[in-house]
Amino acid sequence: MKIAVASGKGGTGKTTLSLALAEALANGCTLLDCDVEEPNCHLFVAGEPWRQLPVEVTVPEFTNDGCDGCGRCVRACRFQALARLGKRVLVFPEMCHSCGGCVLACPHKVLREVPFGIGKLEFRHGRGFELISGVMDVGHAMAPPLIRQLKEHIPPEGLVIMDAPPGTACSMVMTVRNNDYVILVTEPTPFGLHDLKLAEATLREIDLPCGVVINRADDGVALIRDYCHEAGLPVLLEIPYRRDIAEGYSRGGGLLAVCPDLRESFRTLLTTQIPAILQAEGRL
Amino acid sequence: MKVALTSRGDSLDVLLDSRFGRAANFLLWDAATGAVEVLANTQSLNAAQGAGIQAAMHVVESGAEAVITGHCGPKAFRVLKEAGVKVYLTKALDGHEAIRLFQAGELKEADAADVEGHWV
Amino acid sequence: MKELLIISGKGGAGKTSLTAALASLASPCVLADCDVDAADLHLLLKPEIQQSVPFYSGVMPEIIYDRCVDCYRCYSLCRYGAISILTTHPRFIAGACEGCGVCADQCPEEAIVMRDRHCGEWYVSSTLCGTMVHAKLAPGAENSGKLVSAVRQAAKAVAEAEGRQLLLCDGPPGIGCPVISAMTGVDVALIVTEPSVSGIHDMKRTAELARNFEVDYHVVINKADINPEKSDEIAAFCLRNDIGIAGTIPFDPLFTTALRQGRTIMDYPESAPAQAIRRIWQHIQDKIQ
Repeated sequence: MKIAVASGKGGTGKTTLSLALAEALANGCTLLDCDVEEPNCHLFVAGEPWRQLPVEVTVPEFTNDGCDGCGRCVRACRFQALARLGKRVLVFPEMCHSCGGCVLACPHKVLREVPFGIGKLEFRHGRGFELISGVMDVGHAMAPPLIRQLKEHIPPEGLVIMDAPPGTACSMVMTVRNNDYVILVTEPTPFGLHDLKLAEATLREIDLPCGVVINRADDGVALIRDYCHEAGLPVLLEIPYRRDIAEGYSRGGGLLAVCPDLRESFRTLLTTQIPAILQAEGRL
Repeated sequence: MKVALTSRGDSLDVLLDSRFGRAANFLLWDAATGAVEVLANTQSLNAAQGAGIQAAMHVVESGAEAVITGHCGPKAFRVLKEAGVKVYLTKALDGHEAIRLFQAGELKEADAADVEGHWV
Repeated sequence: MKELLIISGKGGAGKTSLTAALASLASPCVLADCDVDAADLHLLLKPEIQQSVPFYSGVMPEIIYDRCVDCYRCYSLCRYGAISILTTHPRFIAGACEGCGVCADQCPEEAIVMRDRHCGEWYVSSTLCGTMVHAKLAPGAENSGKLVSAVRQAAKAVAEAEGRQLLLCDGPPGIGCPVISAMTGVDVALIVTEPSVSGIHDMKRTAELARNFEVDYHVVINKADINPEKSDEIAAFCLRNDIGIAGTIPFDPLFTTALRQGRTIMDYPESAPAQAIRRIWQHIQDKIQ
């Protein structure tokens, strides 16, 4: 089963929850950090990666012979990644979306595809889980291909948890696509509610089932509870608002270290609650 | 020799546009005759991305041998350099002042881009 | 006119709350919410929308089924998995498409046309602190930074037309395209961070980006007292790297209380955070004049 942890708003506790879920299960599940612009899961997992893989995309390279300056490659490119100067073509790899259109358009086969690095994947052993993080190089803006390659490392079996990037743009959609379930983390503030609605609307559009975990639940929690009730969104769990949790987190301690009693709730959530919801909806 | 100046309007009297890729117009000034031709930059202005690359290709195709502008990003600079077009950066306010400085040899040729891409 | 950007690599560090607080101190100014993916500033400043503009960026294909002969060449050439063959005819999956146009260009029957892609709207609104430009990105749309550019350009035009001295921008999270679009050419950036493992990590990445773009940037440590050791670590990092600290803001549940009442922290002028933010404002005013 594949479960994504997402939230419209940043800073609601996605990473904290993803890590705690992976740790609570403790039976060798896989955690993918898909927030490739700001991956943070590895900060809470001790040790250096035991394996690193470069992430490359393919970009065109201009080979000198045979160009007659027809300019078809430049016209085919919708990302302005090519410039023609007489019978020469300049390539701007950082603009390229690797669609291959220029290579197809060239009648003289003077463009060929070569690899171009945009980041890396890092593999680490967590406490009872395997962490794979996607890390985009600073200054690049190609999150979707990195997420795509990260997701190629999903093991065929076992539980997979994906920490999604914030927001509802294409990189978030790329992460949650093909998951069985999405956990939306929010906090009981007007910001939290507003961004929860955006995320929910996005998931409905691509027909993904979702439920809500309310983080930092204090006496204002009715704001989210009432909305979820109205919208028919299950509230899966409420994590109380406590200063010791915030302090523990800021020191780099996990949620389970501060609140060991949550372990059982998380385990139930993953092994009973969510499968039951999926079964009731006829999705399992 | 023709020189392309980035301009907010259509004559040398008008303020220079400090941007290259997203400049309103290019003024093509002919050093031999003093004639000025206006080259609209509409295509690059409307481009979602890569305005600098498009604008630079446009300038290269116009036959200009030098560019006078306020700032130049790395992609546009690479196109101009590869095409052998010289880039001069200036804080001059209008076309006349820029050309006076250019003719007096007071503009220094840029050897690299002076701003990062995405400069709005 | 000067442009001040409030930014933080990590979400939830308090950048929108700080932007709203600074807006009430800088009023009247012009505001731009550049966090188009999860725009929240309007929840605090309650804008009245005066103008709404649809935003188009890139293209997306439309299959003309009358002409399609089900050869599936589009499917075999698409590198994004945006053409499905699980149906009787090829079907197009909007969320996966990057708009390269290979399917349309290579279709032997010319059965695919590329159309402009609607990616959201942007708005010009009035607030008590001044005119605000904000936007809403369509779900699943590419946050390429183009919408951020549109918001900033519109906000700059408004600032010039109204003769305002300051444009205050609430920036997007992360270090990708939207952030680059929000950061290029601003006069001063405030990087809001919090004393946590993630906060420090993301602040360093954002600072690296700001340095690359040669922006004059300063750090604000929010919730500084929640972990004094980590706050000291941030301060030491800034000192070592010659980064200015614009100030610190203490942790206070009043932020949440204010937010729930749709107010900014400056509506509680005697509170410790409000006083801290006034000091930050005084500090930053020297930089933007």
